[in-house]
Amino acid sequence: MLLTINGRQRRLTVPPMARLLDVLREDCGLTGTKEGCGEGECGACTVLVDGVAVDSCLVPVAHVEGCQVVTIEGAAAAKRSAKALQNAFVEHGGAQCGICTPGMIMAALPLKAGASRDEIKTALAGNLCRCTGYISIFNSVEAALSPAKKGPPSRVALRRASAHARRR
Amino acid sequence: MGRAVGTSVRRKDGDAKVTGAAKYIDDLTFPGMLFGATIRATIPRGEIVNTHIDLSPDYIVADYRDIPGKNYVALLDPDQPCLAEREVRHVAEPVLLVAHADRRALFGIDEQVRFDYRELAPNYDPETSETCFKQIAIDKGDIERGFRDAEVVVDGEYRTSHQEQLYIETNGVIAVPGDGQITVYGSLQCPYYVHKALVVLTGFTPDRVRVIQTETGGGFGGKEEYPSMLACHAAILAIKTGKPVKMIYDRVEDLLATTKRHPAIVRHRTGLTRDGRITAMAVDVLMDGGAYATLSAVVLSRGVIHAAGPYRCDHIRIRGRAMMTHTPPNGAFRGFGAPQTQFAVEAHMDRVAEALGIDPVRLREVNALRPGDSTATGQKLGKDASALPVLREAVKRSGFRRKRREWKGTNRGIGLSLFFHGSGFTGAGEVKLASKASLELTRSGARILVASTEIGQGTTTMLAQIVADALELPFAAIEVQQPDTDVVPDSGPTVASRTCMIVGKLLERCARDMRRKLGALTPAQYFTRHGAFTVTKQYEPPAGLAWDDQRYSGDAYGSYAWGCNVVEIEVDPVTFEVTPTHVTAVAEIGKAIHPLMAEGQIQGGTAQGLGYALLEEVVMRDGRMANAQLTNYIIPTPMDAPPIEVAMLERPYAHGPYGAKGVGEMPIDGPAPAVINALRHCGFDIRLIPATPERLMRARR
Amino acid sequence: MPVDARTLTLQRPRNLKAALAMLAKEPTLTPIAGCTDVLVGLHFGTSDTRQFIDLWSLDELRGITSKPILRIGALTTYTEIIASPLVQKRVPMLVAAAREIGGAQIQNRGTLGGNIANASPAGDTLPVLAAAGALIVLRSASGERRVSFARFYTGYRTSVRQPDELITAIEIPAIDGRQWWRKVGTRRAQAISKIMMAGVRSPADHLRQGYGGQEAGRHSCKVRIAIGSVAPTVVLAEAAAAVLSQGGAIGDAQAALRKEIAPIDDLRSTGDYRQQVAANLLAAFWKDTE
Repeated sequence: MLLTINGRQRRLTVPPMARLLDVLREDCGLTGTKEGCGEGECGACTVLVDGVAVDSCLVPVAHVEGCQVVTIEGAAAAKRSAKALQNAFVEHGGAQCGICTPGMIMAALPLKAGASRDEIKTALAGNLCRCTGYISIFNSVEAALSPAKKGPPSRVALRRASAHARRR
Repeated sequence: MGRAVGTSVRRKDGDAKVTGAAKYIDDLTFPGMLFGATIRATIPRGEIVNTHIDLSPDYIVADYRDIPGKNYVALLDPDQPCLAEREVRHVAEPVLLVAHADRRALFGIDEQVRFDYRELAPNYDPETSETCFKQIAIDKGDIERGFRDAEVVVDGEYRTSHQEQLYIETNGVIAVPGDGQITVYGSLQCPYYVHKALVVLTGFTPDRVRVIQTETGGGFGGKEEYPSMLACHAAILAIKTGKPVKMIYDRVEDLLATTKRHPAIVRHRTGLTRDGRITAMAVDVLMDGGAYATLSAVVLSRGVIHAAGPYRCDHIRIRGRAMMTHTPPNGAFRGFGAPQTQFAVEAHMDRVAEALGIDPVRLREVNALRPGDSTATGQKLGKDASALPVLREAVKRSGFRRKRREWKGTNRGIGLSLFFHGSGFTGAGEVKLASKASLELTRSGARILVASTEIGQGTTTMLAQIVADALELPFAAIEVQQPDTDVVPDSGPTVASRTCMIVGKLLERCARDMRRKLGALTPAQYFTRHGAFTVTKQYEPPAGLAWDDQRYSGDAYGSYAWGCNVVEIEVDPVTFEVTPTHVTAVAEIGKAIHPLMAEGQIQGGTAQGLGYALLEEVVMRDGRMANAQLTNYIIPTPMDAPPIEVAMLERPYAHGPYGAKGVGEMPIDGPAPAVINALRHCGFDIRLIPATPERLMRARR
Repeated sequence: MPVDARTLTLQRPRNLKAALAMLAKEPTLTPIAGCTDVLVGLHFGTSDTRQFIDLWSLDELRGITSKPILRIGALTTYTEIIASPLVQKRVPMLVAAAREIGGAQIQNRGTLGGNIANASPAGDTLPVLAAAGALIVLRSASGERRVSFARFYTGYRTSVRQPDELITAIEIPAIDGRQWWRKVGTRRAQAISKIMMAGVRSPADHLRQGYGGQEAGRHSCKVRIAIGSVAPTVVLAEAAAAVLSQGGAIGDAQAALRKEIAPIDDLRSTGDYRQQVAANLLAAFWKDTE
């Protein structure tokens, strides 16, 4: 089977009904894509197939033959907004334990610049996080997609920090 | 300099996590590695009388007879076997282990093994259980006198259910055997707990056992004690086969077999004067420990110590029991007993306010613990006691009183909760732990050597900030060693909101010593002239801290963090669905070392608490979790997340690094009672969580 | 425990004709499309099918057309339904239902035909299709037939579809009047339905011939109500609808509805709750569509 993953063609001998997730992790060594549930609930295994976000645990590898598959490892090379998203997840607290993070970023990747908070929530509705309560994830995506809000790293962090009241 | 602490520096583990480069346990592989699976009992109670195994010789099977050392998971009590020998006490109890070179060859393996059982009648009810793991009694003042002084007495019973930690990365380890030694890599919170368990299991000397924590995808307590069991399993197979063995649970197995939050039944009887002053508090706490003791004794301990809430009262009687039932053992989960008991006391306080006809804020203002007051265990509180400041801040920020008035009789409700949480191990726990931390000079700065683990909460970044400032070096000059028992000292487990306050303080002391030793030299200059050196510090209790474990009285914790939540909700009258629309979370934590991460802890804990209150239910049928799938165990999604407005107050604790206290656990203490009190405001009398729509339908007043 | 993918076979026809020929020869093949249910069943070992035929690449089964009636190809994904101006205009309740299925990843892969074929009592689009009076287009190597949605299911996860037949499209007649949809799930996204209701309330004088051929005649209006997750298959609440059509009181309609459904306790909810909420939803539908 001939697959195109992160722009690179790979010829693999895999059963057609193998989960794309297993092929990525075990046959291609691309372990950035995570498994959290195996049933399309948690979104940790999200990748892009021809630009569309899918749960790779629910895609038989036969379905991506001839398609462009992009994983977190290839995100920055495939799409310009990826780097901003990745940076924002660090800057704005979107990544804590990090296990949902690749899936979150891949699910956010199809969003357009200036996406509203509702659009962000809709895009991420299929991704579970247990660390953040999601707010810092929404903040991260919003910051990455709204160029106007971008500032030097320390300023961003400080502005958020100033939100907390100080009593001595 | 002092420029890292208090600012939201770029977290050290961030870049690897957002690019997919971070290696979690399932991302690792070793040459010749086998895969391991666990065969588990399918009955809740009985004896295994026969075992039928139908497997080809390429499968390696191990049972308890393959254990080189002792067959128990070394934790507190030696009661839990690593592999069941004959007796079965719960569904999913591990009995056999199977290894194979092909991961897929293990699919459906449990169908090839059959046990004949002699079944016994299980008991799932902690109230009728005859086995008590732990009893605790706390007595302050004279409870009879307190009730004699009362003009009003209010009784109440409150129940909480199991809750699953639901880290998104399931439990997993890899055991690598060597010549008479074993190394275990894993997703875990407490490397030295695993080390201790492996020493007992293998009979190896401690120096021949090595534990290395890999990037860990969430823990929340769920990777406090369970990894010891899993590491033992992988080690048994690795020793038997002489090959590395990887064991990763899939979600179903993780849900079925691993620990949950203890369900609790808490009964209150409270005496008050008519104007709302508490004269007596009698509290009975019953926890369901599940089939083995695991950490139930200490969960109960924290539960009972927090059971009277953050309130002043001269006459308190608290009784606590942790009972055995034939369900998988319950264990550590963020909050560790305190969420259960503070749910009860805070739901009770709103019923008390209702009985007295006074405002719930007023009731709490009258009774809130102030500096100089004493807690249920008789601990005299320091200047940082902040119940009143957090209450007032939350009430003001949220517009509580106005909304309470305006929303009365509508489908909207607003409720609050006031709570506190002790930082660090309970009582003499920290003295017994005697944690160590080390700091090693490097050419460019210093390397932190601690066993404290990064599980998402920001340990590595936060500790490096503390060290950077105390060493007067830039944050980037501080490295953090991956926890590896061959390299780092035992800094104690990463639990109990202790990492920042206890380990952070140890490192601050290390750094100050190192700073003195460097004198006028930079690390590079010192390194070149004298070479590297390491500073190690061991925990010493602050002067005057005293605890009596027999009478359960004294200074239960070095310090407490304080919190107040206001939750606003909307109830759909058609479907009884509850939507939290806004949460105000005020937390007094001494010092926010990294404000963004501290805020993240508070938001994340609050969201987990909202799930506890409204959504998350472990459906136990015949001792087995019947909804062991992410489709059916319901945690909040992005669509369920309300805005959570966080306000952090800082009243420094003299013995915390830069004044810091613990923050990780407290946020989960408050949301559930605040939700239930908001529901009461809407006309629903709920005494059991989760408050599902099905329960609400029946509870409408 | 998962099923080993090496034990599974997948036939990959190039076009619909080839697919139908394969099915005619081997009717035991299980058709797959978006796989959002099939791979879950294989992962949990709850599915005992091992031989599959892949429809995903059959573009003939995609697309939404409206001449003369709205026709949605079986492989149309929920995302495509949500984005379709035609569906938005004609069957907004279907768009609403599609929006609430899973999350974005599931909507990108799950198909309308798959939802019907999977035949779960909790299938989210099924009450909508029932209330809309949809027709299911079935095709085999020997021909094509249309089955009204109300007659499609014969019991729990069983239908009139023959093993050699494929669902090729769903046809939805023009709907007059107001459409109403409500899903009550376990949470706000990634939720399996505890109960859901689709309703259509048409004024009497605009009556069209529906699939059932019922004439409203003297009725003040025409009402269709379908409920999911309250019985082994989606329920068309005809008695409750009749009470409302004839100008009866909502309380009487609720009483009729209670007799038409048989909800059970399961992992997600209780029979009591479903009974009560079904009645509440009926009242909400009636009030909202006034």
